[in-house]
Amino acid sequence: MTDRSLVVVTAGLSQPSSTRLLGDRLLAATERALREAGEEPRTEVVEVREHAQDLVNHFLTGVPSRRLQTTIDAVVAADGLIAVTPIFSASYSGLFKVFFDVIEHEALAGLPVLIGATGGTARHSLALEHAMRPLFTYLGGSVMRTAVYAASEDWGAPDVPADAGLVARIDRAAAELAAAMAAGTRAAPADPFENPIPFEDLLRSQRPE
Amino acid sequence: MQFGIFSVSDITTDPTTGRTPAEHERIEAVVAIARKAEEVGLDVFALGEHHNPPFFSSSPTTTLAYIAAKTERIILSTATTLITTNDPVKIAEDYAMLQHLADGRVDLMLGRGNTGPVYPWFGQDIRNGIPLAVENYALLHRLWREDVVDWQGTFRTPLTGFTAVPRPLDGIPPFVWHGSIRSPEVAEQAAYYGDGFFHNNIFWPGFHVRRMVGLYRRRYEHYGHGPADTAIVGLGGQVFMRPNSQDAVREFRPYFDHAPVYGGGPSLEEYADTTPLTVGSPQQVIERTLGFREFAGDYQRQLFLVDHAGLPLKTVLEQLEMLGEIVPVLRREFDAVRPAHVPSDPPTHASQKASRDAGTPATPEGPPPTLLEAAP
Repeated sequence: MTDRSLVVVTAGLSQPSSTRLLGDRLLAATERALREAGEEPRTEVVEVREHAQDLVNHFLTGVPSRRLQTTIDAVVAADGLIAVTPIFSASYSGLFKVFFDVIEHEALAGLPVLIGATGGTARHSLALEHAMRPLFTYLGGSVMRTAVYAASEDWGAPDVPADAGLVARIDRAAAELAAAMAAGTRAAPADPFENPIPFEDLLRSQRPE
Repeated sequence: MQFGIFSVSDITTDPTTGRTPAEHERIEAVVAIARKAEEVGLDVFALGEHHNPPFFSSSPTTTLAYIAAKTERIILSTATTLITTNDPVKIAEDYAMLQHLADGRVDLMLGRGNTGPVYPWFGQDIRNGIPLAVENYALLHRLWREDVVDWQGTFRTPLTGFTAVPRPLDGIPPFVWHGSIRSPEVAEQAAYYGDGFFHNNIFWPGFHVRRMVGLYRRRYEHYGHGPADTAIVGLGGQVFMRPNSQDAVREFRPYFDHAPVYGGGPSLEEYADTTPLTVGSPQQVIERTLGFREFAGDYQRQLFLVDHAGLPLKTVLEQLEMLGEIVPVLRREFDAVRPAHVPSDPPTHASQKASRDAGTPATPEGPPPTLLEAAP
């Protein structure tokens, strides 16, 4: 049994938030799938709202607070990420984007990512494909094929067949994430402060051919 | 231990009056500030280098040479000298010249510069920042130590049979600091050469500074320059003092709230809580500054930023008077806790000359001998 760290980043605003609800469902389904595969999930939920002030301050001053840095470190070191946001004005929320803007480029390289979003109507569901997926592809994440969009109506849709509803999509996406995490190919990023590139190597790379 | 100030040479509107000093006025003010720094007993005046408004200091050696002529004792340094976009040959020449004119009262701090367009303006690319710093310094290091240099690299035209003149004063190159806020490669570079490492921690919380300085110290020892706790460390700091701390906060707040680097972000109180910014009474500044060694270890140089954010010259000079009063206290307190084997000061021209003449180099200098052959 391998210890797998699974982090949810959720950018819902209200309390309770349907975005958080979706994040919790994706988390529970992924935990279940991991356990079935003989893995031991270690989970953490990041409410971006709780870091809103620190994120703006980081943006303006270039410096993370200790609390924000600890959270970023947890995301960067995760074995799997579930990222969920409300869709505002045809894309992820600004607050959600700020969180991923302050993460170093390449820091999420190879990280399995499950993307999810919520909105008032299903007409915004493709924001997952035209906004969320390219964002995490740019950041180097390995984005799961199934992305989960939950419109308000999805939380109570009695006439949808069980294999096509929200729960089925959650289970399918969670199974993909759990499988990618269990494959365990991601190496935790090297800490450049613990393991610096030796200066001889920096010098050598300078030499003309 | 050395105490001093550094100026980034910004020309900023005073938010309390709406007045913006003219370039000429600000340039004269910086000279007055440097002279005042010496008068109140500070050890170092360091000047930034920028090639874009709202800064004026594109030509630091000109300014520093003038200040050298107007002062007797203060060490002149930079904050920082751009090792990326300057030709290392010109740095070798300019700073050796300055060293002669200032009778050795010169060291310099190298930095990469983080303004994207400056790189193409000087024919470079910011994405090569680290490789430029590595190659250019490797050349600069040789130009000051070898009379005739044959050299070939990636970023500048090759040199064959080149001698940088004037040669460093007494054959002793200016001491070099490598400044970086967040690049472990620069801490590694400083450690490799046994040079100083400066962390301008004015924007950074202690836990981060501890990681950077810790890396430098560990690698300094690894490269054979001496125990980690004897590595040469400098720190930034940012203070505003009034005898009564409430007066200091009241007077400084509008400058903080409108400063280009943090305006609109955290409150003064939040910022002072997580960074070295200290706005208060002289006693508060003393206590806060003494606390820096808790995350950086015993260090050798403390530079404060005092002339920024549109503060008028009169206020800056008052701040310097107060710094002059607290520095003897800081020096005494730091001296009292520093272990005997840790150097109190960074190498100076005078100390390096004295130890060379005595045949005992105080600080092992240059790359480790076993590695010299591997270096280009």
